Amino acid sequence: MKKLLITTILGSTCTLAMAQSPEIDTGATAWMLTSTALVLLMIPGLAMFYGGLVRSKNVLGTMMHSFVAMGIMTVLWVVVGYSMSFGPNVLGGWFGWDPDLFLLRGIDQKIMDSGIPEYVFSMFQGKFAIITPALIAGAFAERVSFKGYVIFIALWGVLVYNPLCHWVWASDGFLFNLGASGAIDFAGGTVVHISAGVSGLVAAIYLGPRKGYPALQNRPNNLVMTMIGAGLLWVGWFGFNAGSSISSGLATAQALTVTQVAAGAGAITWIIIEGWHQGKATALGFVSGILAGLVAITPAAGVVMPGGALALGALASVVCYYAIILKDKLGYDDTLDAFGIHGVGGIIGAIFLVFFIRDEWMADAAAAAGGSWTIWNQLAIQAAAVGIAIAYAAILTLVILWILNKFIPLRSSKIAEMKGMDDFYHGERGYGMVNPN
Amino acid sequence: MKLIVAIIRENQLDQVRESLFEADIKRITVSRVSGHGRLQADEEIYRGKKMIPNLTPGIRLEIAVNDEFVETTINAIMDAAESNEDGLVGGGKIFVTPLERCIRIRTKEEGSEAI
Repeated sequence: MKKLLITTILGSTCTLAMAQSPEIDTGATAWMLTSTALVLLMIPGLAMFYGGLVRSKNVLGTMMHSFVAMGIMTVLWVVVGYSMSFGPNVLGGWFGWDPDLFLLRGIDQKIMDSGIPEYVFSMFQGKFAIITPALIAGAFAERVSFKGYVIFIALWGVLVYNPLCHWVWASDGFLFNLGASGAIDFAGGTVVHISAGVSGLVAAIYLGPRKGYPALQNRPNNLVMTMIGAGLLWVGWFGFNAGSSISSGLATAQALTVTQVAAGAGAITWIIIEGWHQGKATALGFVSGILAGLVAITPAAGVVMPGGALALGALASVVCYYAIILKDKLGYDDTLDAFGIHGVGGIIGAIFLVFFIRDEWMADAAAAAGGSWTIWNQLAIQAAAVGIAIAYAAILTLVILWILNKFIPLRSSKIAEMKGMDDFYHGERGYGMVNPN
Repeated sequence: MKLIVAIIRENQLDQVRESLFEADIKRITVSRVSGHGRLQADEEIYRGKKMIPNLTPGIRLEIAVNDEFVETTINAIMDAAESNEDGLVGGGKIFVTPLERCIRIRTKEEGSEAI
């Protein structure tokens, strides 16, 4: 930010100074390396979280949805993803492109203005590109062909994730520059959670419900694994949110604190509602509350204070809880509530954060707007960003599904669904001699 | 009274249960078993090695019925489990044995009433 200001003041003389490579900030680099590893930890965490929730015949297939994303999205990220996300605008700003960033060739020696090697930034961002399509898998778990899924997330990553990431986080992205100080999406409320949740919803409806839904009993095969997975997600989220400051300083501390607070508030709220509504506080409810709180604070982590984090975490749990009940009434089969938690929680966070923005941020925004900037101004910006993310993700997902389905049937055959993903697509079994699901 | 014991393929449990349910046979006990006979298992692949479990996993159903329901039960299982995909030999077996006594624990009822 400071650098940006200097650039504006000094104008052209600054170009010369910028040409020199900035010094490495070892503190910031160390934290960003740690964050990169922490975000990667979320993906096996997600695999365990989702894997524990399905029936035992689908446990490996469901965990593979997360694991295979680590392979595919990593490869795509270095080939086209980073360039599409963080290269300069092309095609009217639809996405970015810089031939130098193909296979990351152009950043081999580069230190960014924030004092970290660009490799670190690029790998950190790459982890977000992995987890986002993996989140979608929860919506159509237990009924998607493995090959179809793999090609779907590859196309989705290129056509949905990369452009959205470019719009929101690249310095010339149009949502980054909307309003006084841009649409607020600190760590991926719109880019990651809303886009994955909405795409999941579209895909779940497009593929149709599992055989027997909604009468189908969907008893989790291993809630212990789900609990461990949720724990790993919480830990990894510190990299996700606090790492998104791309620094190691005050903003990092602010993001880390509100992340912890929102997760706690979300978890407690969920079991209070459950206790009141159903008479029991469930383990699955508690971890669902953790996730709802974490999802809601994700876009807001850079701008709210702990009081706001408490409110956002609690609000997200209330709304997600009822959204999941509503799902059963509406009858669409979002198997593991990718939309119910990530879509809904992300929308709540991205919209309601405006009521809890710290004064310093609003003052900066007012200065940037040249006078006044109210929360209602920012609310309009947030609503626009959320609306654009929803519409773009929904439409592109539908197009990808429709075209892909012409070549590879995405929906599992009846026999595959009956035998289970593990046997049919992977030729393995997750557990030894355990009771039938 | 008869006790029907059926050993079926593990992945056919759902369809057999549905079929029994449609025939109004709702009191069943299910367990996971393994054994060998003519039942061939699906092959599994671990690091490129194809393995056929030498103890084939199966599902054992125990159903106690009154005499007039014996055929209904057998037919329901046969209808659902007869499909023999992948050309694997062995759809399982059904055993029918006489049942001497049957007692419902809570009410102490005995015989046909208790089934």
